[in-house]
Amino acid sequence: MRKFAISAAALAAMMGTPVLAQDINVKLGVLNDRSGVYADLSGEGSAVATRMAVEDFGAAEKGMNVEVISADHQNKPDVGSNIAREWYDVDGVNAIIDVPTSSVALAVADITAEKNGVLLDSGAGSTVLTREQCQPTTVHWTYDTAALANGTGGAVTNAGGEKWFFLTADYAFGHSLEENTMEVVKQNGGEVVGSVRHPFPSQDFSSFLLQAQGSGADVIGLANAGGDTVNAIKQASEFGITQAGQKLAALLMFVTDVHSLGAETAQGLNLTEAFYWDQNDTTREWSARFEEQMGSKPTMVHAGAYSATMAYLEAVEAVGSAEDGRAVVAKMKEMDIDDPLFGKTKVRGDGRVIHDMYLFEVKAPGESEGEWDLYNQVSTISGDDAFLPMLDECDFTKK
Amino acid sequence: MFELLGISPPVLMGQLLLGLINGSFYAVLSLGLAVIFGLLNIINFAHGALYMMGAFVAWMLLNYVGIGYWPALILAPIIVGAFGILLERTMLSRLYHLDHLYGLLLTFGLALIIQGLFRNYYGISGLPYQIPEVLSGGQNLGFMFLPNYRGWVVVASIIVCFGTWFMIEKTRLGAYLRAATENPVLVGAFGVNVPLMIMLTYGFGVALAGFAGVLAAPIYSVNPNMGADLIIVVFAVVVIGGMGSIMGAILTGYLLGIIEGLTRVFYPEGSAVVIFVIMAIVLMIKPEGLFGRPA
Repeated sequence: MRKFAISAAALAAMMGTPVLAQDINVKLGVLNDRSGVYADLSGEGSAVATRMAVEDFGAAEKGMNVEVISADHQNKPDVGSNIAREWYDVDGVNAIIDVPTSSVALAVADITAEKNGVLLDSGAGSTVLTREQCQPTTVHWTYDTAALANGTGGAVTNAGGEKWFFLTADYAFGHSLEENTMEVVKQNGGEVVGSVRHPFPSQDFSSFLLQAQGSGADVIGLANAGGDTVNAIKQASEFGITQAGQKLAALLMFVTDVHSLGAETAQGLNLTEAFYWDQNDTTREWSARFEEQMGSKPTMVHAGAYSATMAYLEAVEAVGSAEDGRAVVAKMKEMDIDDPLFGKTKVRGDGRVIHDMYLFEVKAPGESEGEWDLYNQVSTISGDDAFLPMLDECDFTKK
Repeated sequence: MFELLGISPPVLMGQLLLGLINGSFYAVLSLGLAVIFGLLNIINFAHGALYMMGAFVAWMLLNYVGIGYWPALILAPIIVGAFGILLERTMLSRLYHLDHLYGLLLTFGLALIIQGLFRNYYGISGLPYQIPEVLSGGQNLGFMFLPNYRGWVVVASIIVCFGTWFMIEKTRLGAYLRAATENPVLVGAFGVNVPLMIMLTYGFGVALAGFAGVLAAPIYSVNPNMGADLIIVVFAVVVIGGMGSIMGAILTGYLLGIIEGLTRVFYPEGSAVVIFVIMAIVLMIKPEGLFGRPA
């Protein structure tokens, strides 16, 4: 925390622009799923994390007037777009935070560019946000499907899981995750022996799992999320698939999903995350404060909302105003961030945030010392390896 | 012949069996709906939420009171049934003289409230519930690995379904019930307490949903939305079977489970809609449903 403040202060000094912080008004809107499948991994927790960031940044002491509001986009692009427009046009919101569900995030990213606001995305997974539909006002903080594929896909293939069968949620996110992972598997000398696309959401996976079992694959890749992943893993264990030697690779899983499964069922799973509460003293201390308010440990999406807000406020202070979204994001891209939760972090020219990702393995019930003591860290994947390289046309620092 | 379809007989057998297992849930749930609709004329949209409650009550019994799966299998339906009776007494009973639509709207609203409350307190990710010790593991049937618990689900649902059918169609109590729906005034005149009977019937129909919820708890994620996803399919099952037909609801439940299972092999993307396609076809050809009597 202190390092963060010092480096930012140094930065501000370097800029040589003394700022009258008293004049800065900032309004932040946390827009995410507050009632549906992603409500636990984002939801109110992201609003709590954002408010913690405002407090830790010391906005009040610096004389900055920061207000945080929140709303439910119900995972519907039309609902999300309407709220975003209203926030920018009527309520004077300067930045929209979180926005899980890629389809909604893409819609909000376009509106944000049009209104010259800032999108600090933590919850969405699609790489399209910083590639095909990149915007100068988008900052994509926490993770994306390519990083997940590189992490889990690469690790499992290298550990001897050469033949893959995919169980893919039949919508944009699932397809994108499947495609990214297939590429990584092939690059690492693996082979894809089949795939099946299941309706989203599904309750029963037994039929698909039996097809995967019959395929002779070493690894069943789960290119889905939330309740679908939880159900698929639960049933794979029930049908003796994992016991028979086939491995499961959950390509997107949050700590809340693992908690929901319980260590008994989830043990031994490999998964990739950008943040885990029990990594070091700082993350533990921060997570304990979060838990006091939310009653559960934070996910990487919550952590992303916190850190993105910190960096954003830092940039706003340096620029001297939150009005010009493009200028604030450009400032964020100049900063060297030593983030308390994500470590060394850099906002790249295309808005993709580069930080380390981690490969975890779920602990066995005997090893686990508490209901949230769930992961062993297997390896660290450096940010440059985890994320896709930047597309030239998306490098907004050049323009 | 099977080989021509690109699927070997063992795989086909496996998928048929899986379909039967899923059909078990459809059958128990649609049976409850059919009982409530057939005898009370209420379209009970809260059925999915009550199914979810069954699973949650089982979880609460285990985690708050330390009561395991087997007692919960009896206790949870009773608790959910009692909750249903409360709803019937305080709200539904005021709507009997109105159009079906009012009952539907009320129960739909109740479903949203119940789901919202559970979501608020327990979150959306779901809670873990282990398969009981006795039924863990499974049998190798040669063509597939059948988890013991799934076998138990099929057996339990068949017993409950046919027990209910027998009680309503073949016993004196069932005869009273059916008579009371035809002419409540006359049956009341014979000294039968009709409102009490209707109340208990609703409680029983709801308890069936709770029972299905407990059966589902160890294999599906116990989360507040588990019923919302299922209820629409179950309504389609009831419509295909014929609204209010007890045997129709049971048989259609198993049959559609099997058809859905087969779709998952031949065209997985279509497995979410196949039941609705069948519903549309049945409504065009035989609007009263496969087992319904023409109105």
